[in-house]
Amino acid sequence: MMKRSILTGQRLVAVFLLGCVLFNYPVIALFNKTGELFDIPLLYLFLFGAWALLIGLMAWVIEHRQE
Amino acid sequence: MTKRILIVDDEPNIVVSLEFLMKREGFEVAVAMDGEAALKSVEEKTPDLVLLDIMLPKKNGFEVCQTIRANPELQAVKIVMLTAKGRDTEVAKGTALGADAYMTKPFSTKDLIAQVRQILGES
Amino acid sequence: MLQAWVIASVSFAYLGVLFAIAYYGDKRADAGRSIIANPTIYALSLAVYCTTWTFYGSVGRAASTGIGFLPIYLGPTLMAGLWWFVMLKIIRISKANRITSIADFVSSRYGKSQLLGGLVTIIAVIGIVPYISLQLKAVSNSFTILLHYPDIVMPARAAAQPLLQDSALYIALILAAFTILFGTRHLDATERHEGMVAAIAFESLVKLLAFVAVGIFVTFFLYDGFGDIFDRAELVPKLKALMTVDDTGASYGSWWSLTFLSMLSIMFLPRQFQISVVENVNERHLARAIWLFPLYLLLINIFVLPIAVGGLLRFPDGSVDADTFVLTLPMAEQQELLALLVYIGGLSAGTGMVIVETIALSTMVCNDLVMPVLLRWKSLRLHEEHDLSGLLLSIRRWAIAAILLLGYVYFRAAGEAYALVGIGLISFAAVAQFAPAIIGGIYWKGGTREGAIAGLVAGFAVWIYTLLLPSFAKSGWLSLDFIKEGLFSIGLLKPQQLFGLTGLGEIPHSLFWSMLANIGCYVAVSLRRRPDVVETGQATLFVDAFRHTEGEQRSRFWRGSAQVQDLLPLIGRFLGPERAREAFLAYARRRGVGTIDQLEANADLVHYAEALLAGAIGGASARVMVASVVKEEPLGIDEVMNILDEASQVRAYSKQLEQKSRELEAATAELRAANERLKELDRMKDDFISTVTHELRTPLTSIRAFSEILLEDPKTNLANRRKFLAIIVKETERLTRLINQVLDMAKIESGNAEWHTADIDLQEVIEETLAATSTLFADKRISLEKHLAADLPRVRADRDRLIQVMLNLLSNAVKFCEEDSGRVTVRLSAESGVARVDVEDNGTGIAEADQATIFEKFRQVGDTMTAKPQGTGLGLPISRQIVEHFGGRLWVRSSLGKGATFSFTLPFDTGDARQEERRQND
Repeated sequence: MMKRSILTGQRLVAVFLLGCVLFNYPVIALFNKTGELFDIPLLYLFLFGAWALLIGLMAWVIEHRQE
Repeated sequence: MTKRILIVDDEPNIVVSLEFLMKREGFEVAVAMDGEAALKSVEEKTPDLVLLDIMLPKKNGFEVCQTIRANPELQAVKIVMLTAKGRDTEVAKGTALGADAYMTKPFSTKDLIAQVRQILGES
Repeated sequence: MLQAWVIASVSFAYLGVLFAIAYYGDKRADAGRSIIANPTIYALSLAVYCTTWTFYGSVGRAASTGIGFLPIYLGPTLMAGLWWFVMLKIIRISKANRITSIADFVSSRYGKSQLLGGLVTIIAVIGIVPYISLQLKAVSNSFTILLHYPDIVMPARAAAQPLLQDSALYIALILAAFTILFGTRHLDATERHEGMVAAIAFESLVKLLAFVAVGIFVTFFLYDGFGDIFDRAELVPKLKALMTVDDTGASYGSWWSLTFLSMLSIMFLPRQFQISVVENVNERHLARAIWLFPLYLLLINIFVLPIAVGGLLRFPDGSVDADTFVLTLPMAEQQELLALLVYIGGLSAGTGMVIVETIALSTMVCNDLVMPVLLRWKSLRLHEEHDLSGLLLSIRRWAIAAILLLGYVYFRAAGEAYALVGIGLISFAAVAQFAPAIIGGIYWKGGTREGAIAGLVAGFAVWIYTLLLPSFAKSGWLSLDFIKEGLFSIGLLKPQQLFGLTGLGEIPHSLFWSMLANIGCYVAVSLRRRPDVVETGQATLFVDAFRHTEGEQRSRFWRGSAQVQDLLPLIGRFLGPERAREAFLAYARRRGVGTIDQLEANADLVHYAEALLAGAIGGASARVMVASVVKEEPLGIDEVMNILDEASQVRAYSKQLEQKSRELEAATAELRAANERLKELDRMKDDFISTVTHELRTPLTSIRAFSEILLEDPKTNLANRRKFLAIIVKETERLTRLINQVLDMAKIESGNAEWHTADIDLQEVIEETLAATSTLFADKRISLEKHLAADLPRVRADRDRLIQVMLNLLSNAVKFCEEDSGRVTVRLSAESGVARVDVEDNGTGIAEADQATIFEKFRQVGDTMTAKPQGTGLGLPISRQIVEHFGGRLWVRSSLGKGATFSFTLPFDTGDARQEERRQND
């Protein structure tokens, strides 16, 4: 049985909440503009960047959990 | 023949009083102020009786008593222990280490003299 | 040239590889060496989420709505963060209760209701069949397009093709055969298909590889990297618009609702439930999937926008359907092999979805729709059959075939119509209806069967009215007036502007009304009555899933009598007599019994039998069947509540007990420590009394001895008499001093000392003390130096006590100094916030080891006759107590033979100290 570390669960919920903020109005409205950074459209760059960040955080939380 | 008494105490005034008393009773008196001096004095000239305080610098009364008793040549030496600590355990300890008598300070001078004489077989 | 036979044989070869993997996986599973017992394979198999709708459709959606296609994949990423709680709970509940499908889950939760199971099944079938059609269409289209290589020809409307020449029909048939082959090889109590999962994981890899290959080809070979594609897009206004979403509330609302919808879909699509819950081998695997699955989604989406832009740039005239860009771009560039790889990738995406979805649906159809009906149909005399396992398998096989044919029929009917193209999100919205009953069911004990039914029916009805029927109307099957004018031309009933709600897209609009109806009915109807016996029992098992170990509680809700002779044949009829016997024997061994005959038919066995049966025919039917052979004594609701109360009370008591015993332990430890302290204090007190006794007896000895000498012998000579009397007087003084100091010490220590606190000028105090001790210095001819800082702030202290401290330190200094050569220095200086006094001498000094002990009571240093210290051994302890009383510190620095410096500090008067005093005195 998977022991549920309370800390891991809380960290994942925190990542979830962070994602809810990043992927929603009004944060996406900040980047919803024409214009490019490193030749990449702003919103595209932001969404994939934030997405990668969330995955990285979740991976860190999961792989560093103590059971 | 005059008996020789060694007085061992680190309180100068007590030494003065004991010295006076014993001399008055006609004994030959030697004085030591600490445990080591006492043992040195015993070796130099064996006394017949030692009046031995317990709380002594360098070597306490119990150790002095033990050392004297451990020496077969000194078996004849009588030991009267004097202490200000009147506990039963100390009396028992002193007796167990081979003291012949035990007197608690402050003592009656008459009793002390009687005790000394009795132990020396003079009474 | 790509001949039809080349494409067909590549397709069959690929399906052959899949089957080989599945076959190998099953063989390994039978041998007990699972190849899917691996978290990475589990995470990959979850990617069955990505169907052809993703593989081909994402680019199509991106070409029309731009970056707005992304929320469908962001939602699952967010949800993954909650899997740790929600998914793990569902998995654990499902394992403990042998849940075989999402319908089974809902029906089990609400008292094993057959009606509820059937309802969920119907919703799932209606919601999902069009989605299966979409896969058939995509695979068939890709086949057709590839067939015309190197020309790019859009497939004609499928309906226009004669039935027997329609590739989609053959694809449907082949997939049906394929699914039957490894979906229903045997009936399993756990309803798991390890071989299939292995094949699905493999397919996930293939479709990712194919898609990324096209992405790299388009981005880096057709164009010059991301920057180049996006720069070109900048120049075309239509393409530039794809890089942002409309900056309107509706657009953000739609963004949010698509995210929310996909969060629910990733949990409740029947195929996702099948793969993530039913096929889960080990709940630990979930952990890695939490980040690996979102990573998969990110990788398969990163090239979607570049491909869409690339396609729109390459085919600017709109002759090529954007849904086919993934395939047509390589074809247009004469990349034969890449095009073939894409076709295989699409085939993977389509077959993976179809296989898992039909297996999941067929299990539901069989267990929750067909079996309950058949078992009730008395005239079939099923009760008399000895082995129904064959019947069960054929029901499932027919269900698979029927579902796929249904999908094909829908495809023929809908064709290019809107009803098919838009179906992805419409399906999502259908399965989202399961969310209230399931999420509510695992966190809220109050949900009832009627509540769940009401919620599902209401939500589903709204879904049909606001999404399905309009899609039919847009396909031309219903009058468009229905959308424009509303039902019966009532404006408030316009299906896409229900009750006048405008400004939302069709999906957010439907999601809002259906969820409102669903949750509203679920909660309101549930609250109408208390959950009954069975519901309460099941609710406890589901909601408290993390608290109970398997089987601990289940048996407590059952009372009755049963016979092994009745149970065994019953199970045998559904699982086959041989498998049933094996299962019972295994159970018997676990119980430490040798044979089946020795088994006791108690509640545990009844539940074991029911669980075995549930794996084959679903929880609701299993309950009916088991109930038919055992005599169950119904428990009253009060009894169940009692059991539950008892359980919670026992839990509470044991918690209290633990708490109490912890407290007791702590108290015991404290007592022991306190006792140790008391013993220590006792020892210290003993030592103290013994020491005081000694100190008192010593002068008394001299006094008594000399008194007796004088008394007995009046003729003592005058010199001696004087000497003796002087000794007596001196010893009497010593005795008095000792008694005073002991009393003083005792007073300070007990806090009863009197303090006359005032503002003190330290300089004055020191001068006064020095004046008082000048004779001491003069007697021993010791020189005195003083360095006293003038005009220091005053300190709060007791003047007499400070003089006492100074006297003590000065007389100590004098005592340990040599005559004539002795030198004592007194310093007064200011440090930060404190006044500091040093008394330095050049006397014998104090060894390091003795520096701490001199502040203890009756500890004096020096052990020779000459150095025999005068004093009681209480001076320094008392001084230290006094200094500390006024908030200062007293310490010594010294080394043997080099003198000693005693120092103390006192805080300057800042006013605080006075307030403090006043407060204490008040």
